[in-house]
Amino acid sequence: MKHDIVIIGGGPAGLAAAVAAFDGGVKDVVILERGEELGGILNQCIHNGFGLTRFKESLSGPEYAERFIDKVRERGIKYYLETTVISLDKNKTVKAVNPELGFFTIEAKSIILAMGCRERSRGALNVAGTRPAGIYSAGTAQKYVNVKGYMPGKEVVILGSGDIGLIMARRMTLEGAKVHAVCEIMPYSSGLKRNIVQCLDDFGIPLYLNHTITKIEGTDRVTGVTISEVDAQKRPITGTERHFSCDTVLFSVGLIPENELTKSCGITLSPKTRGAVVSQTRETMERGIFACGNVLQVHDLVDFVSEEAEIAGRYSAQYVLNGEGVYDFLDTQAGDNISYVLPQKINKGVDGNVKLFFRVKNTFKNCTIRIKSGNEVILERKKKIAVPGEMETLILTADKVQNLSSPVTVELEV
Amino acid sequence: MFDVLVIGGGVIGASVLRELSKYDLKICLLEKESDVCMGASRANSGVVHAGFDAAEGTLKAKFNVEGNLMMEGICKELGVKYKKNGSLVVAFSDEDLNTLQSLKARGEANGVGELEIISAEELRELEPNLSDEAVGALYAKTGGIVCPYELTISLIGNAMDNGAVLYTDFEAVSAKKEKGAFTVTASDGRQVQGKIVVNCAGLYSGKVAEFFGDDSIKIGARKGEYILLDRECAGFVTRTLFFTPTKLGKGVLVLPTVDNNILLGPTAEEMDIPDTETTQEGLNWVIEKAKKMCKNIPFYNTITSFAGIRAYSDRHDFIVEKSPKVEGLINCAGIESPGLTSAPAIAKYVVNGLIGALLPLNKNVEFNPYRRPDYFFKNLTDEEKNQIIKKDPTYGRIICRCEQITEGEIICACTENPRATTVDGVKRRTRAGMGRCQGGFCQPYVAEIIAKCNNLPLTEVTKSGKKSNLLQGVSK
Amino acid sequence: MQIKNLTCVECPMGCQIEAGVENGVAVYVKGNTCPRGKLYAENEVVRPLRVLTTSVKCVGGKMLPVKTDKPIPRDMMLSLMETINGVHPTLPVHTGDIVINDLYEGVNLIATKTELN
Repeated sequence: MKHDIVIIGGGPAGLAAAVAAFDGGVKDVVILERGEELGGILNQCIHNGFGLTRFKESLSGPEYAERFIDKVRERGIKYYLETTVISLDKNKTVKAVNPELGFFTIEAKSIILAMGCRERSRGALNVAGTRPAGIYSAGTAQKYVNVKGYMPGKEVVILGSGDIGLIMARRMTLEGAKVHAVCEIMPYSSGLKRNIVQCLDDFGIPLYLNHTITKIEGTDRVTGVTISEVDAQKRPITGTERHFSCDTVLFSVGLIPENELTKSCGITLSPKTRGAVVSQTRETMERGIFACGNVLQVHDLVDFVSEEAEIAGRYSAQYVLNGEGVYDFLDTQAGDNISYVLPQKINKGVDGNVKLFFRVKNTFKNCTIRIKSGNEVILERKKKIAVPGEMETLILTADKVQNLSSPVTVELEV
Repeated sequence: MFDVLVIGGGVIGASVLRELSKYDLKICLLEKESDVCMGASRANSGVVHAGFDAAEGTLKAKFNVEGNLMMEGICKELGVKYKKNGSLVVAFSDEDLNTLQSLKARGEANGVGELEIISAEELRELEPNLSDEAVGALYAKTGGIVCPYELTISLIGNAMDNGAVLYTDFEAVSAKKEKGAFTVTASDGRQVQGKIVVNCAGLYSGKVAEFFGDDSIKIGARKGEYILLDRECAGFVTRTLFFTPTKLGKGVLVLPTVDNNILLGPTAEEMDIPDTETTQEGLNWVIEKAKKMCKNIPFYNTITSFAGIRAYSDRHDFIVEKSPKVEGLINCAGIESPGLTSAPAIAKYVVNGLIGALLPLNKNVEFNPYRRPDYFFKNLTDEEKNQIIKKDPTYGRIICRCEQITEGEIICACTENPRATTVDGVKRRTRAGMGRCQGGFCQPYVAEIIAKCNNLPLTEVTKSGKKSNLLQGVSK
Repeated sequence: MQIKNLTCVECPMGCQIEAGVENGVAVYVKGNTCPRGKLYAENEVVRPLRVLTTSVKCVGGKMLPVKTDKPIPRDMMLSLMETINGVHPTLPVHTGDIVINDLYEGVNLIATKTELN
């Protein structure tokens, strides 16, 4: 079969991209979603706080998804569920499988990658100990509790204070479990401050900063964990061990963009974001293939995912309608104290402002964030506080973009 | 009454059982765990050794060389992935180079073919990611790799397809001999009778022999810890890389698996009380040694770490013999490395040599050596796949996204011999949950399929049997 | 006067708010960047309020996400969970439908997802 735009993934990024592509003038858009319903991971994120930026309302994950699913349905955008993409090539041929059609191929004019991300597992951390039942990534536990209606355990220790871990601490508590501790190897939580308050403090759950799990015990089911304080090099400090009896350990230790398809297609990836290298249109280095959402960079807020996906959708439509544009790339770079900048390329051939997304490497107070082109400072902002857990943005206006002649560096000065 | 009882569902018990199933015998496998292949055979390097390591004249040397020659054929019959990827024993010093010469000579004396000493230049061409410090290697082209649990499970499945009976959760705790037959009793009181017993109980083979009245077997335990890298690293090395053995030990291996992961390990830790815990020191040691063997190891692609237990005997050679004390008991014990490679040869010897002397061996005329591979679906063309999906849409539903395993394949694992009843059981048969997310996405779905196939509530589904329930109740 | 330092939970900004408390009520609030933050702090020093989000099991076993349509006292959350867990709505349910009317002092429990069957 043939379609103008194929969107891989029907989560928040895929949905917003589909709507934007359709509204951008391409009516033949199709979404391929591997799950049983549209909405992706939002379906299991039943807590509120989504959509404050976009809708000025505090929505639950399913509510937020539904706003976009409704738009997809209103426009009659086609979607296939339980459909997994097996391969993808540079000619924009997508091979997929589902129970109804079996293995099938779609030839597309443009493709939008919106596969999202996955959680890092216990295995990736080499945490010592046994391998009993009761060890879950926080998202898996979330799926069991919120979607399947089962309790993964009753006595819980959580490693990692990312938002999913914090949200699950509250969720498990509300469902009658006892959360004994949340350990965070860093000196700060990577979760939102509000979640520390409303998910931990509200329920008296202790947060151990600079701590990690050094041993998991239990043969059949988890029976306990040992946690230890870590030194500046993140090495456990002997003598600081503390033991908790528990039947469950949840890991919330980071998200990894799911770029296996992207890689197999030969699309250039950034080692820093582990997502594709893109320009401000979210076009990858392969013409006509776009990427957006958590497959591109792990976002803190779904509102920004939607915003990014709309950019990808809009330019994907333009690509289908007008063909290749003008490509005149300048690189962006992460300077002092910045871990990454996205987009990695600024295409001067594209009109309009360029919004730069970046993360800082550490917690900084009273700092200055600067954008330079070569040695020339083109933008400067003072910040009271900047933390790695919160994505920063700065806008380069269209006129500034046009005047750029050397690579753009974002840096932070303390 | 069975003709033969095999105790222990590891690769040795599995090989013996399958060899027995070629004959007109009533045979039964007793496994103490909820699934077969839960001991040493589920967590080892998966190397099919060429046979230059063991000293001339030992059982190890004999069975290794014979087993190596048999492995490819058996894997073909069973549809088990096998690759003759070749082994390299890498030298890092002049002293190592000397050792290689004696290893080569020993190999040749053992009857190993295609052994060659290669230069540093040749070595680097073969394995570009090898450390710059390497100065040469012994190249054994007959070295191979196999997936140890795929092999073990398939051997047992094939034996069962040919009439063998499997009792799981049957922990034999006592035995009695009356009128030429043994009655073996399990910890839960179940009893089974057999004329001949083959003790393949691995770590527990000493204990088993003992309750039969044979105290001749003394078993020790050694733990090996491993680190596994994502198959995204496929091609990082293509051959099995060994350090040259020194007085200080063997060092780790760096090797590909048949499923294209990269495996680093093992440690070798003596254990008083055996356990399969990984330790920070152990894993750090693996990392450190692996870094000596190869440069630029993509550790950020680590997907899991694990530990396995090896049983060895105080004789430091395999024990494959009739019990000196109990008539009708055959012991296969202390089968440490190269046990996996040797398994087919050991089984042949046990059945034809030892059991054949006690019982008449008449051919099982219905014996079918072939088995549909566990990964049969993956090997089909798209057209063939679509024909299957049309009849059975579950083959069109991908459950494990990392390894691309379909619902149909998982149902198969839950219904074919030996049936998977646990999440780990499904994982070892299908690779669902074996990939980079380690079951994060698929486990809830796999559990539901197991529940459905076994008619269980979801709360009764376990990770690996006994009390390893995944869930602790419903949320409402 | 007592000074209380609070982290606002109204939005992801998580503003650090200072509230001056006298006789159990806030006499001043500073550090907030919006009116919601002021209201949050005023409530927080008297009796903290939270929107409760959870799920209910529908007839047939499907889980339905729900939330309170207004904040409820934080100290009531766990006891209200028991009431909520005893309710099993029949599908179809649409987003915004009331699942429990007047769960607590005029606050309703509403569905946050449309589940047709």
